[in-house]
Amino acid sequence: MSQETLLIFAVVVWLLPLLDFIVLIFLNKRISRSGDWFGTSILFAALVLSFTILFVKLGAYHDQTLQTTFTWVNFGNVPGVGELKIELGLMIDNVAAIMLVVVSIVSALVHLFSIGYMHGDVRYGRYFAYLGLFTFSMVGIVLTNNFLLMYVSWELVGLSSYLLIGHWFEKKSAADAGKKAFIVNRVGDVGMFIGILILYTTFHTFSFDIIFESIKSGIIPFGSEAWLTAAGILIFCGAIGKSAQFPLHVWLPDAMEGPTPVSALIHAATMVAAGVYLVTRTFAMMTADALMFIAYIGAITAFISATIAIAQNDIKKVLAYSTVSQLGYMIMGLGVGAYSAGFFHLTTHAMFKAGLFLGSGSVIYAIHNALHHVDDHQTDAQDIRNMGGLRTKMPITFWTFLIYTLAISGVPFTSGFLSKDEILAGTIVYGELTGHWIISIIGFFVAGLTAFYMFRLVILTFLGKHKDHHRFDAIHESPKVMTIPLIVFAVLSFFAFYSWNPFGAASGWFFHAVERPESVVPFAVAAANNEAFEATLHHLHLWAMLLSLTVAGIGISVAFSTYYWKKINADVVANAPVLKWLYKFFLNKWYFDELYQVIFVKGTDNIAAAYRWFDNVIIDGFVNGVAKWTIGITHGVKHTWEEGRAGSIFYLTVFAMLSLFIGWQAAIGLLMQGAGIAAKIECGLLGLGVSALTFFLFYFGVGGFDDKIIDGVVNLIVFLAGMSGRLLRSIQTGKVQTYLVFVLFGVMVFFLWFR
Amino acid sequence: MQEFIIWLQHPGLTHFLILSGLLFSLGLFAILTRRNAIMVLMGIELMLNAANINFVAFSRYVTTTLDGHVVAVFVIILAAAEAAILLAIVLNIYQNFNTVNVDEINQLKD
Repeated sequence: MSQETLLIFAVVVWLLPLLDFIVLIFLNKRISRSGDWFGTSILFAALVLSFTILFVKLGAYHDQTLQTTFTWVNFGNVPGVGELKIELGLMIDNVAAIMLVVVSIVSALVHLFSIGYMHGDVRYGRYFAYLGLFTFSMVGIVLTNNFLLMYVSWELVGLSSYLLIGHWFEKKSAADAGKKAFIVNRVGDVGMFIGILILYTTFHTFSFDIIFESIKSGIIPFGSEAWLTAAGILIFCGAIGKSAQFPLHVWLPDAMEGPTPVSALIHAATMVAAGVYLVTRTFAMMTADALMFIAYIGAITAFISATIAIAQNDIKKVLAYSTVSQLGYMIMGLGVGAYSAGFFHLTTHAMFKAGLFLGSGSVIYAIHNALHHVDDHQTDAQDIRNMGGLRTKMPITFWTFLIYTLAISGVPFTSGFLSKDEILAGTIVYGELTGHWIISIIGFFVAGLTAFYMFRLVILTFLGKHKDHHRFDAIHESPKVMTIPLIVFAVLSFFAFYSWNPFGAASGWFFHAVERPESVVPFAVAAANNEAFEATLHHLHLWAMLLSLTVAGIGISVAFSTYYWKKINADVVANAPVLKWLYKFFLNKWYFDELYQVIFVKGTDNIAAAYRWFDNVIIDGFVNGVAKWTIGITHGVKHTWEEGRAGSIFYLTVFAMLSLFIGWQAAIGLLMQGAGIAAKIECGLLGLGVSALTFFLFYFGVGGFDDKIIDGVVNLIVFLAGMSGRLLRSIQTGKVQTYLVFVLFGVMVFFLWFR
Repeated sequence: MQEFIIWLQHPGLTHFLILSGLLFSLGLFAILTRRNAIMVLMGIELMLNAANINFVAFSRYVTTTLDGHVVAVFVIILAAAEAAILLAIVLNIYQNFNTVNVDEINQLKD
């Protein structure tokens, strides 16, 4: 299979979901079953093609990057810059091929799952259309070789996310969550856009390859390494928004308002991984400072969200915060230099997190049906305090969920153990090389917390006893369309797919395929290169593995002793003196939403209020003032003409004189820009004289005997005006089109007369 | 007839001018005779587009610069802005008179 064929396959994988979207969005009401079979089969076709691409790529073109570019716009010769054109294109390297398979698998299985989960939904067809749109955009991010197409696809996934989160938009919280996701994402995208602009103004291209080549040959933005770091950090801002890192993590838990399959696809496996993917793509241009920033943000995010997750009671919220925490892990892994490990964790996490979400969807679906059965519309189907003992009723869901939990907690023989182990080893190496040990400490602590809260979730949901007997009887396992994806993901959570060695992934095909790229930044600001990294990793790997096993073991045993063996009472711990405040703090998500509300929302309101005051009081005041001034003059005229009182005449004339004076001066200022200062003074004095003359004329001239003459002239003019008005009124039909005909007539006369 | 077909197959300046003239008159006809205010707006758009074709045709066939093209872009932008304002006006008319039939909006005659 030739390179061209692979690239054509890639284009097909990219555009098939777009076709799916277009067909379903227009025709979903007219094809049978709202087209779910259409969407699902397209996605499975794309999956087959993606697997083909991956196998051929790893088999025949293992170390090459396949690219195709085309010129989108050619500006020709731009003065000051030279030849300027924008080239776009696609590339397939190992990272892209693997990511393509990840996206296709999760999307296809989510499509299958949704057939069961969204059965009978009010907007079934539109849902599948939006899933197709999302897949199209995500594949665009994966396959692109330039920043422009990546930014376009970036925004498109944000749009799809908004549409899918707000799927049940009649519910206000869902509509708000969609808006929040899009807006918070946008905040990150602003930073990314500025970063892209910095790169474009320096290199006049959007292509990754050309930019990296140019940096390698010594051209850096504005000639300063600080700007290069800034560009790297700004591009990372896009990842902060998209991958829900601190401080822009607030949208992801709210995104759980969307349907659970959407949460599995978008907010667990693919869209949020797009940020991590961006960092892998731009890794080569990151300086050591940028990477340190990335590592710290990842570590902080992992820490914050893990602490929040241990206190949550909604099954989807626990998984959401777990996702944020694991994304922090991936970002942290990339930041410390464990490139392959970070990307590896992305892949394994996609599998078991999608499985976790689909499993929770299965549970929610079962409890929902059971609640309907007993006519209970009050209980929350997603609260784990309402669950328990589901192991016996939903065995497939339970066993697969257990496998995912083992994977995420880092228990050996799972894929999650391999990836997490590699990342933690990387953090220890980073601490050894740079002295920043806090990242490593946070990494291991969060690993313990992760094991704890995930097993807490499993125990409270599946083990123990269910409270309500009637409800429990009505619960049964979900249909096959929903359990088959669970089984597939569970199988993919085993270590065997990635490496034959269950305790180390470095010898597997994955790590051979995904190698850390050589950094292209100037040596002075580059991070430790691959050789130094690998050398340090070699002797520390065993310690890292033992330590990670220990913390995972501690986490799991604490979870079991609290919730299963009931040796530690969770309520007592939650109410203990200091821990009580900690518990409240974690339960309320560290009060981030409240903080942002006060700073940004109220801040914007206050700024808007200030502008509103300015507009209403000052500008409107000026406009109204002019109106009042005009009314003042006319009132003065009316009073004087009617009553002839000396007092009002005086005020009128003062008014008139003042107006004349000001007008004259203004006119002189405007019209005599070029004349000398003497001429201006002369005209100014002339104006003063005219105003004074007018004053005296009015004051002494106005009186009763002038009224008749002036009134008479005015009346005559009025009469003439009335006469001609009545004559001309017939022309006024009031219809615009008649007037247009007159205009046309006049124009033709002009043309013919003035040739 | 044969000559006419050959003439049609080799487009030159005249073809575009005739086209734009045709479009312009059609637009003018729409403005002067349609009853619905929106149809009048469509006529305006037609006329603008006809003028655009004219500009671009002259720019392509007569001059060596791209002035006509640039003006055409300007005209498009202006047409868009104008269409927005015209629609706002039509909306207001509807809210005030409860009709968009231009024959019935003749309050200006008083």
